[in-house]
Amino acid sequence: MSTPRHSSSPLRRLEKGKGEGSQSTTVGAATREITFAQAINEALAEEMRRDPTIFIIGEDVAEAGTPFKVLSGLVKEFGTKRVIDSPISEAGIAGIGVGAAMTGMRPVVDIMFGDFLTLTMDQLVNQAAKIHYMSGGKLKVPLVLRTTLGATRRSAAQHSQSLQAWVSHIPGLKVVLPATPYDAKGLLKSAIRDDNPVVFFEDKMMYQLKGPVPAEEYTIPLGVAEVKRAGRDITLVATSSMVHVALAAAQVLEATGISAEVVDVRTTLPLDKQTLIDSVKKTSRAIVVDEGYESYGVTAEIASIIADGAFYYLDAPVKRMGAMDVPVPFSPVLEDQTVPTPETVAHMARQLCGKA
Amino acid sequence: MTRSKRIRSQSTKNAVARDERWLHFYRQMLKIRLFEEEVNQLYLGAKMPGLAHLYIGEEAVAVGVCEALRQDDYITSTHRGHGHCIAKGAAPDKMFAELLGKAAGYCRGKGGSMHIADQDTGNLGANAIVGGSAGMATGAAMSAQMRGSDQVAVCFFGDGALGQGLLYEAMNMASLWKLPVIYACENNQYNEYTHYSETTAGGLTARAEAFGIHVEAIDGQDVRAVHAAAQKSVDKARRGGGPAFLLCNTYRFHGHHVGDVDRAYYRSKKEEEEWKTQRDPVKVFAQWLSKSKLAGGHLLDRIETEVAAEIKQAVTFALAAPYPDADEVDQHVYA
Repeated sequence: MSTPRHSSSPLRRLEKGKGEGSQSTTVGAATREITFAQAINEALAEEMRRDPTIFIIGEDVAEAGTPFKVLSGLVKEFGTKRVIDSPISEAGIAGIGVGAAMTGMRPVVDIMFGDFLTLTMDQLVNQAAKIHYMSGGKLKVPLVLRTTLGATRRSAAQHSQSLQAWVSHIPGLKVVLPATPYDAKGLLKSAIRDDNPVVFFEDKMMYQLKGPVPAEEYTIPLGVAEVKRAGRDITLVATSSMVHVALAAAQVLEATGISAEVVDVRTTLPLDKQTLIDSVKKTSRAIVVDEGYESYGVTAEIASIIADGAFYYLDAPVKRMGAMDVPVPFSPVLEDQTVPTPETVAHMARQLCGKA
Repeated sequence: MTRSKRIRSQSTKNAVARDERWLHFYRQMLKIRLFEEEVNQLYLGAKMPGLAHLYIGEEAVAVGVCEALRQDDYITSTHRGHGHCIAKGAAPDKMFAELLGKAAGYCRGKGGSMHIADQDTGNLGANAIVGGSAGMATGAAMSAQMRGSDQVAVCFFGDGALGQGLLYEAMNMASLWKLPVIYACENNQYNEYTHYSETTAGGLTARAEAFGIHVEAIDGQDVRAVHAAAQKSVDKARRGGGPAFLLCNTYRFHGHHVGDVDRAYYRSKKEEEEWKTQRDPVKVFAQWLSKSKLAGGHLLDRIETEVAAEIKQAVTFALAAPYPDADEVDQHVYA
C-alpha cells in the first residue's frame, strides 16, 4: 500500500471544464463554502454528537485522520474509544463492524481504498447484506462502510478502481455515490441513520472540491436522484466523479447549441429509476457515465432501465461510458485515456444528437 | 438453628441445585441428540428440503459452553449449528419449522438449517461460511465492551475454520483490545472430508497463543470438563480479562452432512465405532451421573422419555405448519 499523494489538481479529469456548475441544490441562508472532505468530517462529527452508539474504525483513522486527512480532528473530540485505529485487517474490521452493528452499535468502517473492498467481500456480501433477510427480519445491520473510488491520481492498478458495481449487484446493501459537498454531508448522515449496511463511496480526487453547504442540520434521503442541470436535447446520467465530467461536458455542449440535462443518481442502490426515465422521456437521448469498468458495470444496468422505461421516446440508442476495460495503468499518458472526460462525453453527445 | 446446622442446610441446598443443574445438562445434551436423529429421519424420509449437518457426537461442547453463558450473552454458530442453537435455549418446534422452510420457523423459513438465528437467546446466527462469524462474534464482544454491558460473546467454529485468515485478524484485535470473546474451536477431526492433520500445520492452540490469548485444550466429550473451562474463561472475560481460546477435541459421529453416508475413503468404520462406543458424550455423562448417584437409570429413562415426547411434538408441529406466503419472498431484504 502506498501513501496517497495529494494531487495539485484535485479534479485532474477536468482539463477544461471546472465542473463547478453543480450547485442546483436549494441551500439555506447560513451557507458556507466547504470542501467535500470537510463535509464528510462534519457529517460524522454531528452524527457522533447526536448518537453515542456511532464509532469509527479503520486504518489510520485516529491521529492520522486517514491519509486523505478526511477525519482530521475527530479523535480530539471523540477520543480513541470512538475513533479506533485498527490493524491492517480489512476483513476483520468489516466483520467487527457487522457484529457490533447487530448488537446495538452503529459502526462506520473506513476502508481506505475502494480496491481493498475485495478484502471485505465475504463480510459485506455473505454476511452484512443477508443477515436481515436470513433472520426473517429479526436482526439488523446498521453499518456504514466508507471507501473511495477514482483514477487519475497516478496510483496505479491497485489503488485506483471504482468498484461500485460489485456492491450494487448485491440485494441487502445500499450504495451511495455523492458528487458534491452538499450531497456528501446530507447523504452520509442518512447512511449513518439507516438500519441497513451502506457502502459509501468518496471520490479521492474530489476531497478538496468546494461547494456550498448550509450550517444548519439537513439530510438527503437515499434513493432520490437529482437533476444537477436542466436541459432539453440529451440526458447525461452520471455518478460521483463523473457528475463533474458530465457537467463540464454540458458546458462544452452548450457552446455548440446542444442543451444537456445532467442527472446525478446519487445512490445506485436503491436507484431512483423514475427520475432517470422522466428525464430521458423529455430529452429522448441518454449517455450513462460512471467511473467503474464499462463491461458489466453500473452503466449497463442504468442504460437498460432507461432503454426499457423510455423506449418509445428514444431517438438514439442509450450509450454507456465507463472506465476502459484495462487495469488502471500508472503512466499518466496511459492512465488519462482510461476514464471518460468532458471532451469524450461531449463528443459522444454530439454524435447522438447528429452534430458530430 | 445452630450455625453449623444452617451451614449444613445451605450446603445441602447448594448440592441439590448442583445436582439439578447436572440433570439439566443431561436433558439439554439429549435434546440435541434426539433432535438431530429426527432431522436425519426427516432427510431420509425426503420430508426436509436440502441438507443438514448433524451435531451428534459433539453435544458436550455446545452444552458445556452455553451453560456457562447468560441468556443475553451472544453466540455465533456454524453450518453444524443445531446443537449451539438448542444449548443457547432455542425451542425445537421453531427450529424444526425453520429446517422445513415453514413460516413458524425462527427465520420464517428464510434461513434454513445453516442460518438459524434467535436474537431472544443471543444467537446471532449459524453461518454457512466456514470461519465467517469470527469477526461478527468479536464485533459483538466489542459492542458489549463499548456499551459497558458485561455481556460475553462466544464464537463457535470447527477445525476447518483454522484455515481461514479472518479468524486470525479477529483474534489479534480481540487480544489487543481485551474483548470479552471466547473462541470455541470444535475440533471434530475433519475439515469436511479431510482429516485436519492434512490441512493444518503447527499446533492448533499455538495459533491463539501467538496472539497472547489464554488457551485451554479440553476433552470435548466430557461436558463437565468443557463446562469448567468455559465457565472460567467466560467469568474472566466478563470481568474484563480478555479473550480465551478453547480447543474442544470431539468427533462427528455422522458424515459431513446427512447425505455423506459412504465415509470409508476418509475414515474407518473402526475409528467411528471406537468413538461411538467408548466416547459418546451422552453415554459418558449418563455413566458419571449414575456412578455419582445423582441419577439412577430410572430417572435418566424418565428424562429421555420426556425429551423424546418434546421432540416428537415439535416435529409434528413443524410438519403440519404452513409455508410462508409466496409474497414474503421480497420482504426483509431491507430493514
